Parts: sequence; C-alpha cells; structure tokens
Amino acid sequence: MKELRLMKGNEAFAEAAIRAGADGYFGYPITPQSEVMEYLMAQKPHERTGMIVLQAESEIAAINMVYGGAATGKRVMTSSSSPGISLKQEGISYLCGAELPCLIMNAVRGGPGLGTIQPSQSDYFQSTKGGGHGDYRLLVLAPSSVQEMADFAGLGFDLAFKYRNPVLVLSDGAIGQMMEKVYLEPQRPRFTDEEILKNTPWATTGITPGRERNIITSLALESAKMEQHNLALQAKYRKMEEDEVRFEKIGCEDADYAFVAYGTSARICQKAIQLAREQGIKVGLMRPITLFPYPRKVISEMASRVKGILVVEMSAGQMVEDVRLAVNGRLKVEHFGRFGGIIPSPVEVVEALKKQIIGG
Amino acid sequence: MAEVNMNTEIVQPENLVYKRTELLTPNALSYCPGCGHGTTHRIIMEVIEEMGIQSETIGIAPVGCSVLAYDFMNIDMQQAAHGRAPALATAVKRLNPGKFVFTYQGDGDLAAIGTAETIHACNRGENIVIIFINNGIYGMTGGQMAPTTLPGMKSSTSPYGRDVAMMGNPLKITELVAQLPGTLYVTRQAVHTPVAVRKAKKAIRKAFENTKLNKGLSFVEVVSNCNSGWKMTPRKANEWMVDNMFAFYPLGDIKVNE
Repeated sequence: MKELRLMKGNEAFAEAAIRAGADGYFGYPITPQSEVMEYLMAQKPHERTGMIVLQAESEIAAINMVYGGAATGKRVMTSSSSPGISLKQEGISYLCGAELPCLIMNAVRGGPGLGTIQPSQSDYFQSTKGGGHGDYRLLVLAPSSVQEMADFAGLGFDLAFKYRNPVLVLSDGAIGQMMEKVYLEPQRPRFTDEEILKNTPWATTGITPGRERNIITSLALESAKMEQHNLALQAKYRKMEEDEVRFEKIGCEDADYAFVAYGTSARICQKAIQLAREQGIKVGLMRPITLFPYPRKVISEMASRVKGILVVEMSAGQMVEDVRLAVNGRLKVEHFGRFGGIIPSPVEVVEALKKQIIGG
Repeated sequence: MAEVNMNTEIVQPENLVYKRTELLTPNALSYCPGCGHGTTHRIIMEVIEEMGIQSETIGIAPVGCSVLAYDFMNIDMQQAAHGRAPALATAVKRLNPGKFVFTYQGDGDLAAIGTAETIHACNRGENIVIIFINNGIYGMTGGQMAPTTLPGMKSSTSPYGRDVAMMGNPLKITELVAQLPGTLYVTRQAVHTPVAVRKAKKAIRKAFENTKLNKGLSFVEVVSNCNSGWKMTPRKANEWMVDNMFAFYPLGDIKVNE
C-alpha cells in the first residue's frame, strides 16, 4: 500500500532511499540538497531499518566511503550538488572501474566554479560523457517531479545492482526544493548477509570456505588485461542502451514541432505546449528520462515526422549535441536555454520556438 | 664466500619450528630486495592467521608500492584511490561492524594526499587498524620527496636535499594523530632486525585485538627503508635509517589507552 505525502524532492528522495532498503548514506552538506542528509539524520534510520548515515569530512571522503561500502555488497548512496559532484569525480571513475553499484544524486546548481545555488542543468556533459577520467558511463536518471525523485531511489538501486554500475539521479535545485504530493513505496527489507553472499558473490565480505579471496580494484597494470576490462565495460554500456532507455512523450501524436527537454525544463515545456496550442501551434514534448542511455532512436524516428526540434535546457546547450547526433542533419535542431540559475518561463520558450524554429 | 654445510637430515616435519604463513599467497613479492614491505606484509598475515580471523578480515590497499598488496595477502581486499583508504575502511567497518578492517598505506598516501581522510578517520575513532609504512619517499613513482622526507634528504624532486625553508617541514603525522581523542593506540615500529620485527608484530597484534574493544582506532607506523629510492644498498639503507630516520621518528609507543 503506497503512502501519500506532501514533500520536498530532496526529502522524498531520502525517504524513498530508506524504504528502498538502503544500508548507508555518506554525504557532505551543500546547497541545494542538504535536506537529504538533514532528513535522514532526523529520521534515525538506524533505528528504523539499521541504515547507517554518516556526515563525511568532504565529498571526496563521502564518495570513497560509498566505494568501501559498495565493495561489501551493501546498498550505499551519496548526494551532493555540482561543485561537490566535481569533487566526487575521482571516486566515481574508480567506482565504474571497479564495477561497484551505488546511487548518487546531483541537485544541479549553476556553474562554473562556485557559481550559484539556483537550479541549472549545466552538468549534463559531466553526467553523461564521463566527468572523471577513463572511458566509462553512468546510468543517468533525470527526474522531473518529486514523485520521480522518490521512484528513482529504488529504481536507481535496482539498476545499479543489475549492472554493477553507479546510477546517477540528475536532479536540480528546483526539483529538490519544490514540494509536491508523492506516493511512497512500502518499506523494502535491507539485504541480509545471506542475500549478499548469494547476489553479490564478488563482494569483499571476508573469505568464505570454498571461495578464493575477492579483490575489488580498478587497476590492471597489463595493458592487454586493461583492454579486455574496457571491452567488457563497453559491452555493459551497450546492453544498457538496448534495455534501459526510458522516455516520455507528451502531445507528440499530431505535433508539427517538438521540444526535447528533461527535468525542470520538461516541466516548463509542458506549460509551453499548452500556450503554443492555444495559439494554434501543434508542438509536443519528448522527455528523456534516461540521459545515458540516451533515447536516440526515438528522437531519430521523431525527426522524420516533425518540421523542427527545439531543445530546451537550463544550460548553454549541452544535450542539444545528442539530439543533433540522433537527427544527423535531417532537420533543424535549435537550442534555447537560460543559465546561471535562471529558469526560463513558458512564454519565453514559446517565443523561442516561433523565432528559432517556425520563423527561422 | 664461506662454504655452507647443510645438514639436510634435520629437515623433517617434526622439526618444523617456523614456516611461511598460508595467508601469504605464493605470488613472488614485487618489492625490491631489502624493502620492509615484505616483512610487514608477513607479520600482518601471521597475526591474522594466529587470531584465526582470515574470514572476518577486510584489508584496504593504497596507491603506491603496496598498491598490489592484494596480490600477496590472502584475504578479501579492496584497492583504494590515492589517500582514500581510511574513508573506505570507515564505511566497510560501519556497515560490517563484526569484521576486522585495516588499511595499509605509505607516507605519500597517508600523510600527503590522504591527510584529511587520515585525520578524520582517527578523530572519529573508527574501529579500524591503520598500518602506516613510512620510508620518507615516494617509492613507486621513482623516489620523489614525501611529506616525511627528512630535512636535507635527497630525492628526485629535492635533488639538492630537502630545503625546509622552501619545501616545508617533514610531517610527524603519527604524533599528530596521537593527539586526537579517537585514537586508542598509536605506536611507531620498525622491521629491520629480528628484535624489531617481533616488537612490530606484537604491536600489530595489539592493534587488531583492539578492534574487538570498539574503543577507537589503532595506528601502527612502521619506519622503513627504500633502498632503491634512497639509492643505497639494502644494508646501507638500514644503517642510514637507524642513524637518521629513527633520530627524527623515534620508535616506541606514543599513546596506549586501555
């Protein structure tokens, strides 16, 4: 039985993580996501489920605590915002190299540098193209509501363990701070020791009789071995591209034009669709939910049915590159964005559609 | 060279008084001849064997010469990013409170890039063991200056000797962590003579036994050599270590709480 609550996105994510059977959260305060750790601490999850919550000395320590915990087969997580996520990139690269499952949430704020504490989507490249060193991918989920903040905690853990890969929930200051109604899943039990031994036989749980020692490492000094490891990682990412693409289409059936937008921008575009249709402009929205794997095929198919695509992002134009790759020059694809913490208004978006796509 | 007269008749199972612990893998050690890493690996593994905790122990290897410690230690192990071993160990222990968790770190790893992780794990009083190998140099990367390089000591990045006015002072991090309320046992040992090895092993045993008390972190520094990095013969390196390293990093217990 799902429970209905009114919550902030950050709080919903934290509550959902407890209910998803998380074993540990390791974080460091940063605006606009400090509510995650504050909520967890106030909930005393150690008493509720046995979940450990620890405030680390830095984002670097926090992500490495996630590495240590994940390496023992536990459901572990961290959250931060853009500057803190930059600090975590070393650890994220190691987590991917060592193929460790974990959940990471980034409540994106405007950058570069210390930037601003207002919402932004300027970490798309960092989230989907690497961020740290080496050829790796995160599985990236982009919530556009408080409900999805809650849903993606459980889904994120499941996908992380399915692929032995970190899952990033790419939120932003707006989704994290706004309050909406949310249906919460019932409490899932935490993994038992027996389940960990059975489901994650690679975990460093202490040598058990009849098995060799387990080693969690991202190091292979022999190039031939490292190449094989990379090929295996790439095969895993291709598998994600086959099986895990998630998206939502709104008003695309009769559309002459399309917005492509995720997260907060997708919410703005939903309103912009209404405004445009009142003016007789048939426009729909294609909302990628997974940013990696990216719904390239869906966008490619859409390109043969509409007259133009406007990519709306709270950035100087990052996801637009992936849309252009999918469209491959067959259609006009333009970018409209506000950045530095500014959220575009639906009116601005409609005007941009008229100016850059319809009239351009 | 003196003639060696081996009486092979006495090599019988019933006369066996000492053997290589089975908790060391058969892999040939990758360390330079004369280096203290091998001996320290051995005594840690002997302690784990003697305590019967092989299946309950998780080790964390660092970046540096001992990055491949997991090739030699026959227990479950994790390899950490440079300096981050105490953060990994913190989570491993907190999420698995029944386990014995130790890190094995060199001076660059523990006292330079990982200073924050070291100090905060110590200060929080994590119930883990930190084994700290201090040879005053970055061995694996080819002999660069470390946070523990002595004043005047030559390295590839202090080729005319460490000039403290320009390069700063060596860091006595072991004395520093002894000041923190979260450390239960802080000691400085060496492994260059049989007597020192016995003492170091006793200290490591005490550190692992302390884990059961849940009263804080045990920190065992092992002052060691780096004959390759120091550009000395193994024997000369040990002599130099006794004369110079021990003068700056005196051996013995620094903090013993019960």
